[in-house]
Amino acid sequence: MLRRCLSRWCGSDEKRVDNRTIYIGHPPGLGTEALLPPKFCDNRIISSKYTIWNFLPKNLFEQFRRIANFYFLIIFLVQVIVDTPTSPVTSGLPLFFVITVTAIKQGYEDWLRHKADNEVNKYPVTVLENGKRNRKESKNIKVGDIVEVTEDETFPCDLILLQSSRDDCTCFVTTASLDGESNHKTHFTVCDRWEKEISFLSATIECEQPQPDLYKFVGRIHIYKEGQDSTVRSLGPENLLLKGATLKNTKKICGAAVYTGMETKMALNYQGKSQKRSAVEKSINAFLIVYLCLLLSKALVCTTLKYIWQNKYGDDELWYNQKTQKEKKTYMFLRIFTDFLSFMVLFNFIIPVSMYVTVEMQKFLGSFFITWDRDFFDPEIQEGALVNTSDLNEELGQVEYIFTDKTGTLTQNNMEFIECCIDGFRYNYRESSTELDGFCTTDEPISKLHEKAGREKEELFLRALCLCHTVQIKEASESSQVDGVDGLTDVTSDDQCSYIASSPDEVALVKGATKYGFRFLGLENNCMKVENRSRDVEKYELLHVLNFDPVRRRMSVIVKTKTGEILLFCKGADSSMFPRVQEEEVERIRMHVERNALEGYRTLCVAYKSLTPEEFEVVNGFLQEAKLALQDREEKLAKVYNDVETGMHLIGATAVEDSLQEEAAETMESLHRAGMKVWVLTGDKMETAKSTCYACRLFQKSTELLELTVRSLGEDSGKREEKLHELLLDYHKKAVQDRPKSKGGIYRSWSSSIPEFGLIIDGATLSLILNATLDTNANRYKSLFLQICQNCMAVLCCRMAPLQKAQIVKMVKNSKGGPITLSIGDGANDVSMILEAHVGIGIKGKEGRQAVRNSDYAIPKLKHLKKLLLAHGHLYYVRIAHLVQYFFYKNLCFILPQFLYQFFCGFSQQPLYDAAYLTMYNICFTSMPILAYSLLEQHICIDSLLENASLYRRITKNAMLRWGPFLFWTLLGLFQGLVFFFGTYQLFQNPALEDNGQVFGNWTFGTIVFTVLVFTVTLKLALDTRHWTWINHFVIWGSLAFYVFFSFFWGGIIWPSLKQQRLYFVFANMLSSVSAWLIIILLIVVSLLPDIVIGVIRQPQGPDRHHKNPAHLRGRDPQSSRSPDRPLLLRTFSDESNTVV
Amino acid sequence: MLIVFFLPHLLYFSSYWSKILKMKKDNKPDNTAFTQQRLPAWQPVLSVGIVLPLFFIIGLAFIGIGIGLLITSNNIQEFEEEYTGIGDNSNCYICANNATANCKCTLNFTIAQPIQGSVFMYYGLTNYYQNHQKYLSSRDDQQLAGETYYLKNPSQSCKPYQMDINNNPIAPCGSIANSFFNDAFALYYNNQGFLDEVKLDGSAIAWWTDHNVKFSNPSQTGSNLSQIFEGTVKPINWSKPVYNLDVNNPDNNGFINEDFLVWMRTAALPDFRKLYRRISGNYSSFMPSGNYTLEITYNYPVKDLPGKKKVIFSTVSWMGGKNQFLGIAYLVFGSLCFVMGFILLIVYAKYQNVEDNDD
Repeated sequence: MLRRCLSRWCGSDEKRVDNRTIYIGHPPGLGTEALLPPKFCDNRIISSKYTIWNFLPKNLFEQFRRIANFYFLIIFLVQVIVDTPTSPVTSGLPLFFVITVTAIKQGYEDWLRHKADNEVNKYPVTVLENGKRNRKESKNIKVGDIVEVTEDETFPCDLILLQSSRDDCTCFVTTASLDGESNHKTHFTVCDRWEKEISFLSATIECEQPQPDLYKFVGRIHIYKEGQDSTVRSLGPENLLLKGATLKNTKKICGAAVYTGMETKMALNYQGKSQKRSAVEKSINAFLIVYLCLLLSKALVCTTLKYIWQNKYGDDELWYNQKTQKEKKTYMFLRIFTDFLSFMVLFNFIIPVSMYVTVEMQKFLGSFFITWDRDFFDPEIQEGALVNTSDLNEELGQVEYIFTDKTGTLTQNNMEFIECCIDGFRYNYRESSTELDGFCTTDEPISKLHEKAGREKEELFLRALCLCHTVQIKEASESSQVDGVDGLTDVTSDDQCSYIASSPDEVALVKGATKYGFRFLGLENNCMKVENRSRDVEKYELLHVLNFDPVRRRMSVIVKTKTGEILLFCKGADSSMFPRVQEEEVERIRMHVERNALEGYRTLCVAYKSLTPEEFEVVNGFLQEAKLALQDREEKLAKVYNDVETGMHLIGATAVEDSLQEEAAETMESLHRAGMKVWVLTGDKMETAKSTCYACRLFQKSTELLELTVRSLGEDSGKREEKLHELLLDYHKKAVQDRPKSKGGIYRSWSSSIPEFGLIIDGATLSLILNATLDTNANRYKSLFLQICQNCMAVLCCRMAPLQKAQIVKMVKNSKGGPITLSIGDGANDVSMILEAHVGIGIKGKEGRQAVRNSDYAIPKLKHLKKLLLAHGHLYYVRIAHLVQYFFYKNLCFILPQFLYQFFCGFSQQPLYDAAYLTMYNICFTSMPILAYSLLEQHICIDSLLENASLYRRITKNAMLRWGPFLFWTLLGLFQGLVFFFGTYQLFQNPALEDNGQVFGNWTFGTIVFTVLVFTVTLKLALDTRHWTWINHFVIWGSLAFYVFFSFFWGGIIWPSLKQQRLYFVFANMLSSVSAWLIIILLIVVSLLPDIVIGVIRQPQGPDRHHKNPAHLRGRDPQSSRSPDRPLLLRTFSDESNTVV
Repeated sequence: MLIVFFLPHLLYFSSYWSKILKMKKDNKPDNTAFTQQRLPAWQPVLSVGIVLPLFFIIGLAFIGIGIGLLITSNNIQEFEEEYTGIGDNSNCYICANNATANCKCTLNFTIAQPIQGSVFMYYGLTNYYQNHQKYLSSRDDQQLAGETYYLKNPSQSCKPYQMDINNNPIAPCGSIANSFFNDAFALYYNNQGFLDEVKLDGSAIAWWTDHNVKFSNPSQTGSNLSQIFEGTVKPINWSKPVYNLDVNNPDNNGFINEDFLVWMRTAALPDFRKLYRRISGNYSSFMPSGNYTLEITYNYPVKDLPGKKKVIFSTVSWMGGKNQFLGIAYLVFGSLCFVMGFILLIVYAKYQNVEDNDD
């Protein structure tokens, strides 16, 4: 971080320049300027945080920046400096421990990073300098060096590809470690045959300043040849080899370093994920502040009363309790201050270090249960769930909004070519498959059942499918194919699976074409080879690829046939194609497309256009110009693409099926029932997405759909905004105002009297709402839109760009009430929304691992989401909420008697309990039962949580950690503290409590209170425990036994190292008194009574009700939905006694 | 604490090792009851069916105990006399205002009912903060345990009673010892004009462990106590040195003097009583009704505190001295449980009906 700032600061002077100029070799014709090459940072990668020298101070500083640690440090220092009643060890030791363990852990992690850095930085690379090949350590690469990389090596820095060992000026790389896509990508050399040895090259490269976008790069290279003018080439992302990527299928390449070290795109992208904090943590901090105030006010009250008390008796100095000389000399003000601090220290146990330790432990250990869960294990990929952060376990139980991607998440992303439509005629492969014998290569029409389009059209369509894509053939099978291209037919089954593409649709289409006899054989020397039905290989020269982008929603290729004809093939989404083709052709196809879309297939339209050589020249010129542009290259390219892709002829459409994930519908339904609102955010077209929604039962037949799409707004873009506002007002009236107000929020009601709404919005309309031009009303309409959305059971956002997905999540996240959001997705396009949401879930799907790496939790399948949220999330939330409340409670009733005792000991800071008890209370006597509880508790067993999804609603909105429950716990703590102290106080009105007439002293008083305290607090937890495993039994009874054992032990020996033997035989003597036994039993029972009574009132139905409930809900019995409205006493609460409603 | 911190690491490594040992090929999670959160568990529910009988049983039991306690407590006879000497008509008025050493005053009182059983004599102080933090820590347990080094070098915690002005070590040091209660009592039964002395026994008034383990005199072979304590001075407020506290019983001297031990067991609250003597001899099991005279050697100043001094005669039972609170608390709470039980029963019965109609 520091280093990054530093490098930024250092580089600030060059920052002003938009471009950087890199000199390779010694370009002639440059003035003295060239002799002073601009300084760039070296190729050292530093991901470590510390060095040996700064580790201790820096790590300590970082750790004490946490408020809690800082607080404990202050308390410790006060104890050391000021003469306080409790020893500094009591707070110093736990703090020391926490700090040391954390420091060791962080130190170890940093050591690993150092090791990894060193490995990268010391990696030997070959650099070409003045015709010589020098071995260098990777960190010594300078910008402008020419680096040679061999096969299967990773690139040491960002390189411009200058030369490749392959003939076709390409090389293949995988970027698996960068973005998780494991397919081979083709990169191109700055396409020029170098006449000379490359190491004598002199050139300058102008390119933009380093920026983190992996897929963007613009630059320009000037190549100087002796005695010639310089040639200029454009550089794009296809020329840039990124550090971290690996060279594949290419023997070696040479490249010029452009970005090095911390300026590489990989390093710029390596930014730690921003820390997500859970709602529980915020609650803890809020409670902490309350307790801090309590602590301060207690100390303040005691200090004030102390001086009032002293005034009452003249002086502080009673004859039997003289002051020392030193005390007499201290100033009044200093004395008051010291007293205040001493009281602080005396009461500081109210905020225990151990709570932080226990919470951390609970989270860390608790997350193991997710990874261990066999239900999350997917035999297909041989993997289970993955937990990337354990900080958010409980947040899984708080989710209100789920944002899900469609492709790969709701659906399997397992594309299968279903049918196509050529010139208005339907070709269904499945229906006709009986007549086809594998790869039929006969000239006969494929399906005789249907009327067919003309053969010419058919072949044109299939050729288009074979040509218009960016699919590659896997190298291994390509080589075998070259040999057997004429004869061998059995290769086909092998290379079925050997197509590689960034989008599975394209593979499906190419494979689809194969079924009809046209086979794509690969790209060689810019020549696309296609095997046609008569097994002839047709060659097409690839002139241009007009890449796919999500705004245009189409891609094109321009090819030249053998006969010299120049053809443009284009495929894309119907909405982007129809305006660009002849209108009379549209109608024939539109019907098919819409029908396919309704069935849930992904449809693409295919069109072509032939270009005359003159036209092509013009187009080519524009394209070259746009590709060379340094600034706004994307915009310029898009403009040219738009101009080119017009006036085409529609030839057909394809339908590809993407089947639903296993149990997608069931999962969605139970999530709905759990009160979560599911939003589908997809880049897909509306009809497809809508049908997926119906298939997933997100929309039902009874759902009234509110549409906010370009279609519903009308074509006229000028009036769109007005129309949109009209619609918004209309929908708002329908969905928000006219809706009967129900207290429990808007959950799906089974009584069906209230109509349900579903909203459909597309990307264009959304941007219209979010980036409204009419500023005055923009916010109003935005909030209207939000209100409508919040009143809908399901919202479908289609045609979304990745950034828009994140925008939507952000909008909901920041809306009123701050609902907890969850994003789930599988692809790189979901990363933005995964990072944006409170909880990000990645699916270990087909589209690489980027989503998984950026997620907080990763699961193999969508169906696992149900258990993750309903069972794990619910349990984690209940556990941690109980843990937090219990911790505050038990320390309140621990410290309250100590506070009350001050009133009876002249406010002299006399501790009620012995130092050993003070220290051990939180660490030994009461820590293990709550830890076991917070790991094992299942207040409702997992099966019924899964069966009865509506149980999830009980804990929404942080139900167990709101001020109500907190107040309840605090009052309970206060009540018990008062009972402990005053019960014992009354008993000690006559301290002669033994049958031999002997009296008890102050340490017996404290020990009685402490015994009652430990037993009550532990038994209170036992009362709350609903799931008694042997571990619970062991830990709860073990803790109590340990306390008794420890007390005997502690009081049974004269400890040689101790100055004071305060507790010698106190405990044993106490137990010899019947009265002490009786008061202990009485006080424990009295303290627990309110808990028992409340527990019974809340759950008057008994256990049989428990079993009835799931049955009711499963049968959608209307009665169960009434439960929130029933009177308090009649409700089924969770067995937790702390949910005050 | 240690275990708590290293538990995750232990767990982690144990799973790691188990994987290595088994050489597991697949990474399918282990199918154990623990990892799958399916440990067999007892799932108690606080239902009315359990809690109602519980309430009634607790109620009955507590009422029973309460009645027993109350009866016991009522059977304990306790007699209290204040002798601070504040009022003009008080016998000890002169002693309280004249700070002369060993001022004697007498207190006459009548016991109306004869007291059965062994009687214990306590002295009581009010508004006396033995539990003040400075006071309480002003002692040296190592010195009191008879360690020779600390006899001559008392701990810093004894300040301001660690050393006297001449820098001689004080034994026993500290505020508690220095403020040792030094009033003495003698009791006489007014037997038809004769004053018959009631014998008082000062043994076994302190904890056995205090007397035998926690406190002991420094030992030095072949020398008596006064020799052992040579080189130390008595606490400033004391009239007698520590080795000469009990002139009658040489074994009851030094740090193990029982009166001293009782005083050193600091009281919990500012109003307290401490055991002084047990009545022995002729009156050990029966104190007849009639007039008694208490002769007080008045030394201990409490007027300025302002506090009170009193003597208490009391029998004890199995529950200790007289204490009504415990009995009453048990009775009240037992009854509360009972009432609560009834209320719950009614609510439950009503609810049952509602539920039946509902279904």
